[in-house]
Amino acid sequence: MSRLSIRNVGKIFPSGRRGVPPTEALKPVSLEIGDNDFITVLGPSGCGKSTLLRLVAGLETPTSGDILLDGAPISGPGADRGVVFQSYTLFPWLTVRENICFGLREKNMSAAQQREISERFIAQVGLRGFENHYPKQLSGGMQQRVAIARALANDPKILLLDEPFGALDNQTRVLMQELLLGIWEQAQKTVMFITHDIDEAIFMASRVVVMSARPGRIKAELPVDFPHPRSYTVKTSPEFMALKARLTEEIRAEAMAADH
Amino acid sequence: MKLLVPVSREKRTLLGVAFFVVFVALWGLITWSGAVPKHFLASPWQTVQSAWDLFATQGFTHDVGMTIWRVVGGFLLAAVIAVPLGIAMGTYKPIEAFFEPFVSFARYLPASAFIPLLILWVGIGEAQKLTVIFIGCFFQLTLMITMIVSATRRDLIEAAYTLGCQDTAAIRRVVLPGAAPEIAEALRQVLGLGWTYIIVAELIGASSGIGHMITDSQALMATDNIIAGIVIIGLVGLISDLAFKKVNQRLFAWSLQR
Ligand SMILES: Nc1ncnc2c1ncn2[C@@H]1O[C@H](COP(=O)(O)OP(=O)(O)OP(=O)(O)O)[C@@H](O)[C@H]1O
Ligand SMILES: [Mg+2]
Repeated sequence: MSRLSIRNVGKIFPSGRRGVPPTEALKPVSLEIGDNDFITVLGPSGCGKSTLLRLVAGLETPTSGDILLDGAPISGPGADRGVVFQSYTLFPWLTVRENICFGLREKNMSAAQQREISERFIAQVGLRGFENHYPKQLSGGMQQRVAIARALANDPKILLLDEPFGALDNQTRVLMQELLLGIWEQAQKTVMFITHDIDEAIFMASRVVVMSARPGRIKAELPVDFPHPRSYTVKTSPEFMALKARLTEEIRAEAMAADH
Repeated sequence: MKLLVPVSREKRTLLGVAFFVVFVALWGLITWSGAVPKHFLASPWQTVQSAWDLFATQGFTHDVGMTIWRVVGGFLLAAVIAVPLGIAMGTYKPIEAFFEPFVSFARYLPASAFIPLLILWVGIGEAQKLTVIFIGCFFQLTLMITMIVSATRRDLIEAAYTLGCQDTAAIRRVVLPGAAPEIAEALRQVLGLGWTYIIVAELIGASSGIGHMITDSQALMATDNIIAGIVIIGLVGLISDLAFKKVNQRLFAWSLQR
């Protein structure tokens, strides 16, 4: 059985103003995400990628269709779906460690246990020595690493990431991809990762989902079979190039359709 | 001087003190030169002497104490209601829609205009003074806190939800800590506002307080006492402001770091 089932989920945003038509952000889409899958969702800007992720997170309610997590319909946000947002959403008044412990405290976990878990994730995202720093004292890449650790510390059933590395420079972005992939290879998690970067989508994914221009629908699904652990060298392999060429074509057609 | 480039602490203090010196020097010059008659404007030295005399022989400490207690008392009453109300209005939009128009209207009612009514309603005792300060602070504070809380980042609330928070937890763990530094700053500013109302409240029907001393001195044409009173209000206000600022900086270090 799939971990996450998205069944005919559509979203129409009412305009809120008379005479202005509502926005159809998402045409009914269906998608199955299996246990320990790493799905990347690729699509042109404005095609409804964030909307899809926010629906899964429970931050928006679908206009039609159902979303099931382990067979149970979701209603509203919850700790079983960890989210890393594109914008930096660390709590500025909490230190790195306190941010990571935020969800654990909500579960009334003992201080000793919180400490043990946060210690583990701080090490995993390479932030030893920064435990007591405030978010403002960290670079963007470090902040997103903390955000990933904060989401993972809660041990969610699925990790949802919305272009988490979109604001980072290219080198940092590549390092972050390797870091996240490394964590996934070790920990085995179900991941849904939104991006508009084709390299990023292929490099980490076990499956790439391509969305059409708005209103979004799923246009293609491509399995990515490179063995794990993957290193960045895979990006220069002919198979990678071939996949990239194919996805570039798909996306290009959509971007043109979207009139950008 | 470069645009927006901060100055060092020492330089800042030095410049701040320098203007006080310039101000007092000008004031001294005007009075000593005889350009303005003495009974119109007392000289700085004369003011210091009368301040000394007020404290030493006329029990002025009691007056200052009364005034401080009235300002702080009225302000605290306002804060105790305005803070929770402002937070409720900022977080729950129907509550805001219910109260906001009235509070916005009431904010423009000058607190001092209520004094005659208040004397009628609650007499000339302490209740009247506290109520004036309360009216002067409460509406302003409520609106400021509503605005601050409304500006809470939505994405932080959403992050809290995805980490397992329900509404009350999100308010307690995200809205409050996020808004706290600015709420503290609003409290500081509104306390300053309280000082501007108290003297007017004390001008009428008071038997103690700095304002009362000033009315008495007016009858005697004692401009030195009046000026001493004004300067002392300024000093007390400045001290409370600095103390407030220090406490805020201590408590909310995270919001200052860059
Ligand atoms: N709350 C909202 N109210 C109204 N319209 C919305 C809302 N959120 C999104 N939309 C619209 O839905 C469409 C899809 O938005 P969405 O943010 O999901 O796109 P996206 O694929 O994530 O784009 P990007 O790559 O730029 O982040 C857009 O046209 C957007 O204007
Ligand atoms: Mg988006």
